[in-house]
Amino acid sequence: MERFVFLTFDGLSRGAVYAAFALALVLIWRAARIVNFAQGAMAVAAAYVAYSVTAATGSYWLGFLAALAAGLLLGAVVDRAVMRFVDHTSPLNPVIVALGLVLLIQAVLGMIYGNEFRPAGTPFDRAALTVGGFAVVSPYDLFVFATVGLMMVALAWIFARTPVGLRMRAAAFAPEVSRLLGVNVGGMLALGWALASGVGALAAMLVIPTELGLHPNAMDLVFVSAFTAAVVGGLDSPPGAVVGGLVVGLVLSYVSGYAGSDLTPLAVLVLLLAVLLVRPGGLFAPVTARRV
Amino acid sequence: MSEQGGRSDAGELLTVRGLVAGYGAAPVLHEVDLAVPAGSIAAVVGANGAGKSTLLRALSGMLRPVAGQILLAGEDLRGVPVEQLVRRGMAHVPEGRGVIGELTVDENLRLGGLWRRDRADAGRARDEVYQLFEPLARRRQHLGHQLSGGERQMLALGRALVGRPRLLLLDEPSLGLAPRVVAQIMALLRQLRDSTGLTVLLVEQNVRSALSVADQGVVMALGRVVRAAPAERLRDDVDLRHAYLGF
Repeated sequence: MERFVFLTFDGLSRGAVYAAFALALVLIWRAARIVNFAQGAMAVAAAYVAYSVTAATGSYWLGFLAALAAGLLLGAVVDRAVMRFVDHTSPLNPVIVALGLVLLIQAVLGMIYGNEFRPAGTPFDRAALTVGGFAVVSPYDLFVFATVGLMMVALAWIFARTPVGLRMRAAAFAPEVSRLLGVNVGGMLALGWALASGVGALAAMLVIPTELGLHPNAMDLVFVSAFTAAVVGGLDSPPGAVVGGLVVGLVLSYVSGYAGSDLTPLAVLVLLLAVLLVRPGGLFAPVTARRV
Repeated sequence: MSEQGGRSDAGELLTVRGLVAGYGAAPVLHEVDLAVPAGSIAAVVGANGAGKSTLLRALSGMLRPVAGQILLAGEDLRGVPVEQLVRRGMAHVPEGRGVIGELTVDENLRLGGLWRRDRADAGRARDEVYQLFEPLARRRQHLGHQLSGGERQMLALGRALVGRPRLLLLDEPSLGLAPRVVAQIMALLRQLRDSTGLTVLLVEQNVRSALSVADQGVVMALGRVVRAAPAERLRDDVDLRHAYLGF
């Protein structure tokens, strides 16, 4: 029982990060109909900015803010400088370009920082607190929950309640009509990329200290898990991404806890395959046809 | 420019000279001339494929003209981006109506006023639209794709009106609607013209109802304007009706 409780909280903590990263994928998918395979590399780049800022100033929090800013900026730059010019006649084109970006970003990071793992610090203790005799959750886990929760509430508020959120949704659903109504569709697209990339950077900041450390490839496996989470939830559904992230986090935690950590990469792929076979649109795909 | 409708004394709000536009290499519009006086309703009629929708798309910048001039209240619109035209007072309700099905009725309407600096007046305009179109007021939180065809037309029209346009471009407002709804919409256009001085350019296949509401009629065939005259004169011109309009 104690082990189960521990694995559950550990799974939810990882799942929260997967949910955030999956949400970033969903944001770009909804805005631009692109699965951003470069998201892991972009997020790592933002995490390296944090590393440099923290190394120079000694402050984790300045590094944290720098990663967010770098993520936002990088997203807008990738859209404006690269993705905007990709021909969308074949859905494969943006995928190939995104994979090219992965190679480019990882190579540049390797040239600047070297290809070794660097320890990444945390602002809170990672040792689990005991509650009623059970080792349950660490202060850092609580920090992860709070950060991801806050970010989701902020995103939901931006999209549902603010004028710019309404513009972004309109631009994504109906670009031509939106332009006729005075919406700067290109600007909204860049903003969508920026937000998604900022969310990805945040997820990287949260997850990298709990893994092997900072490395140009540090987010590769996280990306696979988050991609699975997004597919589980349905690429079009932000709440689906959140639920999918938590599901994937729990599954991975139970598999590694009860069956051995060697099996976790396999478990992700099995889950991905199962969802694609049973519900290719994801668990949260709308039942009726979307376009009228 | 040939004959004009009765209200030319107010000055022209929209002037089109020698407009050439199309898709790819072959132009659809050939040297189109057009003048719509301020505070009047002009109906562009003609058979399917005459270039009516292409004309509206070129006017609202969705299609870049190859040649020619488009003046809105004397200002050349060349090079003005589509998203700026609404700020110049032009509203285009596209064919198929352009209601965004994934947004609610209220969100669609708010979207129509987001570009405006005067937030308070955008809110007032939204309230006016709800008064004008009762069914919309009852379905504020419904999604666009849950509406009936007539409600969608009301929403698309209402969304354009929230921007308080000077010039309203309407593409096939009667398409797929019951005759009673069409009559309501046409009556509303007249009412808006009289009460607010709205200028309307509408494109229609439903020639009879379009010419009944319009001050001025423009007949297009194969991408050219073949006749521009007061609407009642076109209605009464049997030869023209047989030749171009099929009734």
